[in-house]
Amino acid sequence: MAGTSGTAGPGERAPREPDWEGVRLHVVSGKGGTGKTTLAAALALALAAEGGRTLLIEVEGRQGIAELFQIAALPYEERRVATVTPAQLGLPGKGHGEVHALAIDTEQALLEYLEMFYKLGRAGKALQKVGFVDFATTVAPGVRDVLLTGKACEAARRKGPDGRRRYDAVVMDAPPTGRLTRFLNVNSEVAGLARIGPIHSQAQAVMRVLRSAETAVHFTTLLEEMPVQETVDGIAELRDSGLPVGGVLVNMVRPPILDAAAVAAVDGDHREEVALALGEVGLGGRSRKPETVRAHVEPLLDPLLEQAREHAERVELERAQRVELQQLKLPTYELPLIGEGMDLAGLYRLAGELKRQGAA
Amino acid sequence: MSTGEGATAKSGAGATAGGGMTGLDIDTLIDDPGTRIVVCCGSGGVGKTTTAAAIGLRAAERGRRVVVLTIDPARRLAQSMGLSELDNTPRVVGGTRGEGELQAMMLDMKRTFDEVVLAHAEPDRAKAIMENPFYQSLSAGFAGTQEYMAMEKLGQLRAEDRWDLIVVDTPPSRSALDFLDAPSRLGSFLDGRVIRLLTAPAKVGGRSAMKFLNVGMGLISGTLGKIFGAQLLSDIQTFVSATDSMFGGFRERADRTYQLLKAEGTAFLVVAAPERDALREAAYFVDRLAEDDMPLAGLVLNRVHSTGAPQLTAERALAAAEALEENGTPHSTAEAETLAAGLLRLHAERVQVMARERRTRNRFASVYPDVPIVEVAALPGDIHDLDGLRAIGDLLGSPTERPDGPPAEGS
Repeated sequence: MAGTSGTAGPGERAPREPDWEGVRLHVVSGKGGTGKTTLAAALALALAAEGGRTLLIEVEGRQGIAELFQIAALPYEERRVATVTPAQLGLPGKGHGEVHALAIDTEQALLEYLEMFYKLGRAGKALQKVGFVDFATTVAPGVRDVLLTGKACEAARRKGPDGRRRYDAVVMDAPPTGRLTRFLNVNSEVAGLARIGPIHSQAQAVMRVLRSAETAVHFTTLLEEMPVQETVDGIAELRDSGLPVGGVLVNMVRPPILDAAAVAAVDGDHREEVALALGEVGLGGRSRKPETVRAHVEPLLDPLLEQAREHAERVELERAQRVELQQLKLPTYELPLIGEGMDLAGLYRLAGELKRQGAA
Repeated sequence: MSTGEGATAKSGAGATAGGGMTGLDIDTLIDDPGTRIVVCCGSGGVGKTTTAAAIGLRAAERGRRVVVLTIDPARRLAQSMGLSELDNTPRVVGGTRGEGELQAMMLDMKRTFDEVVLAHAEPDRAKAIMENPFYQSLSAGFAGTQEYMAMEKLGQLRAEDRWDLIVVDTPPSRSALDFLDAPSRLGSFLDGRVIRLLTAPAKVGGRSAMKFLNVGMGLISGTLGKIFGAQLLSDIQTFVSATDSMFGGFRERADRTYQLLKAEGTAFLVVAAPERDALREAAYFVDRLAEDDMPLAGLVLNRVHSTGAPQLTAERALAAAEALEENGTPHSTAEAETLAAGLLRLHAERVQVMARERRTRNRFASVYPDVPIVEVAALPGDIHDLDGLRAIGDLLGSPTERPDGPPAEGS
């Protein structure tokens, strides 16, 4: 199991042994705004790196996957969205993997589900006509969640004609932490409501997969108070309901440029020395006269020091949040902030980082 | 967290107002006695709940009687407003300044749902409904219930008329705007055949019920029985027939709330952060509100970075940092050089972040030139007390106008 990983330079370390051997279904949750979709996609890439085939499932209907891979909106159909080689992730080794993606359309998923279990034929169409499908997917409680979890479990267990698994791993970009446990537990609720019959057995089967060692629920977070608190609470809730907790993916980590001690030093005795250094390096303008140089440097000094203080405050906050996360005693992976904004290159870089740190 | 940071940040935020965009004037909005409801929507993680709370506090300290309805606040933010328990009742937030009053509450979905049932059904029937297992799952809050209940609660608060401003925070998902569809959805459901089918006597396929329905319905009811199993189907049917009488009322309420949202006196604020994904979601919300003719007041852009030294470009700062690290200087100590280089690198990073944020914001503003925007500076720490909320409120309000009206520290 990985401890907190350091932030050594990219591209130099050999990948660790993967932490999630045997896991088929990776559920990725986290507070909104922490990069859930991005890290789910990066994980799907990382898991495919050595020649596997993974399926990335989107459940919230916002077409984030298409956006991320820079392709047209995904239909309700599994299709290949990317290929990946170890070299692309900056890793040694051979292989040629594929990431497929699926954006679930609940209405179609319901018809498919009904067809699969009940062989409805004409009756299925009739249900659609009277508005039942519409009703079930929008008004009726939990039906959406049943379909989404059911579909993910089905894909994770599906076998091809050769008897081998169709996908080596399935990664689900799940709802945010606040809704997660209810989302994953919807089937036990359903199994309680429908105490016998096909719905009952289907719900039981899905719960068995979700509770098994084949599933791991990962949390994305930032080194900020609220997301960390939500992660801690989410993990406790998940444990209480007997669902398998995976790892913690710490996103958008920025390397500290100055630590608090350095900032304090700047603030105190060294202020004048820094002013001198800034002048000497040419920020004092062309003049060599000390007063003129000083006049140029002076207006920079306070803003720069203020920015340093803010930075130091953030570094201290981040340190405290790291301690909080360490107490969870879970495999933790740190992903760098992609400063230029997320694009395909950034996505592959994150995938390489996940692989190196043992998340895949 | 000092207010000094807010002050430096301010200059940056103010400077952007001239860039061809319209500024959003929160103070005018919340000072207008005609404004009775402010709805904050936006994707998760953009500071929506904090914004709602800060607007509520600011309005209260400017003299209004305010209630803030939050959906799922982070624990410490809730505590900062004195909301340690989830009990569905507005409570006075202590420690506010001035004549106004701030109350806050957290939505309890199940209780709100129960209240609806109690309001619309005879006691016996209400009891039967609340004991129904199907109802218990429904009200425990599957996807969707939260959105409906938030709007139901809003309707209730407005009807009570104890406050002159209600600030609502919406659930952190795209479906946050699903409530806009609630009336039409309920309508088509009630007028539809599904409900007739479900309210038919529990003996599925019984002749009496089917007499009025065409042949296809027989097939369907048989299918439903097959799908759900007899026991669940009968639970559902019991639930639907028990609630049949109250659906009318429920629909009426949904209709009323919908009209309330469209009416004068309501203002929607879309909350976002200056990042691509958050602004894409914001665009979705803006479009969705326009589709339904909902009154959009503007966009609150949170966590915008600024600098007090805009004259120093990232390129120059980086070049100077490199020169310091590689060549050193004639007179400075190595320690001073390292510190100065660090300060310059920090500054370069800040300026680059600002440039990226500005690009993202400008893209949004060029597509939606009519949407007024207010920018709120990024603060280095999290908010967990009234002072923090007040600082955010200051950033939201008009830059020049310092709170001149409200009397000093609470009496």
